[in-house]
Amino acid sequence: MPAREPDCPERRAAFDAHVAAEGKVEPRDWMPAAYQKTLIRQISQHAHSEIIGMQPEGNWISRAPSLRRKVILMAKVQDEAGHGLYLYSAAETLGVSRDEMEEKLLDGTAKYSSIFNYPTLTWADVGAIGWLVDGAAIINQIPICRCSYGPYARAMMRICKEESFHQRQGFELMMALAKGTQAQHAMAQDALNRWWWPAVMMFGPPDGESVHSRQNMAWRIKRKSNDELRQKFVDMTVKQAEALGLEIPDPDLSFNSDTGHWEIGPIDWDEFWTVVKGHGPCNRQRMAHRRNAHEDGVWVREAAVAFAAKQRARTTQQAA
Amino acid sequence: MTEKTVWPLFEVFIRSRQGLSHVHAGSLHAADAKMALENARDVFTRRGEGSSIWVVPSQTITASAPENKGELYDPADSKIYRHPTFYDVPDDVEFI
Ligand SMILES: [Fe+2]
Ligand SMILES: [Fe+2]
Repeated sequence: MPAREPDCPERRAAFDAHVAAEGKVEPRDWMPAAYQKTLIRQISQHAHSEIIGMQPEGNWISRAPSLRRKVILMAKVQDEAGHGLYLYSAAETLGVSRDEMEEKLLDGTAKYSSIFNYPTLTWADVGAIGWLVDGAAIINQIPICRCSYGPYARAMMRICKEESFHQRQGFELMMALAKGTQAQHAMAQDALNRWWWPAVMMFGPPDGESVHSRQNMAWRIKRKSNDELRQKFVDMTVKQAEALGLEIPDPDLSFNSDTGHWEIGPIDWDEFWTVVKGHGPCNRQRMAHRRNAHEDGVWVREAAVAFAAKQRARTTQQAA
Repeated sequence: MTEKTVWPLFEVFIRSRQGLSHVHAGSLHAADAKMALENARDVFTRRGEGSSIWVVPSQTITASAPENKGELYDPADSKIYRHPTFYDVPDDVEFI
């Protein structure tokens, strides 16, 4: 990371004008320290979510009901690992190391999306995650493809391309269950009942309470407000649930013919904050699993470095 | 994490198909170039996105500094005679 020119009002104004005019920012360009810090926090948090997000679905790989479903699920979980990597790399261009980010995840100072702190109790949950969680993620991520920070925008474009398969396989899985036996239909409905509200909360707190929103909008890091994105998700999903013959678990759900939008009942924000603060159903399990995986992998990482050093020594010896 | 387990960073370039140049796709950490190549294949070309991959240790790349943009690229602005549109040719003359 090159040393940056110091901050001053003129430089700051030029930067703000550049991004306001849809100009892009690349790693070696001057940027305000707060812009850099916000991006590091957001991109690494996003990367952590992809990595932790492998767990709820990974839990079902060994029990997938057919070979077809198993290969699909493995491909999806592998994609999520790739998404984590694209994002960690994008964050690294801002001068933070992969190890620093990893440490912050493992010691609990960095957050990841709360949705992954819910358990996958039945096979239908795999469908509900693809359909609802990846569906919500796509709505969140599409505007970020136009983010002012080049490496983040490029990583997002790659991710969005891969996500559409995730949502479609989930919907198809739900469809198979919803149109199946009565017991299968009930299983699909139960999964929707448990995942609906957490998915709706994935867009974050309501606009009035969102802390970083305004500055992030001005810097073109965020493009649409939490509530706008949530509305988009609700409108889209209501119709899809209808196609599945499943019922959205919200007695207040109603169509407003004036606005043309579906309106939902009150969101339980206490639940949201409880999970964010670490007291969701699986927070501890997810972190423990991640820490174990990291520690179990130490010898592999060390062995790879030792092997590479040995190979290098051998080539120099041969050249001599 | 101990110092010696930090894997170096590699930049990944991919040729999407024959006839096109390699284009920067992203970066990844690997213990050596061979592992970087194998991981790049797994991460960046799972859907037939590439027919050839380059991996380059990031620290070997020399880049121009954004502060020098002016002195590096502005001189080209005054050399408009390097563009075909600089030259007047009668409208009825074809294939030129
Ligand atoms: Fe993802
Ligand atoms: Fe996904």
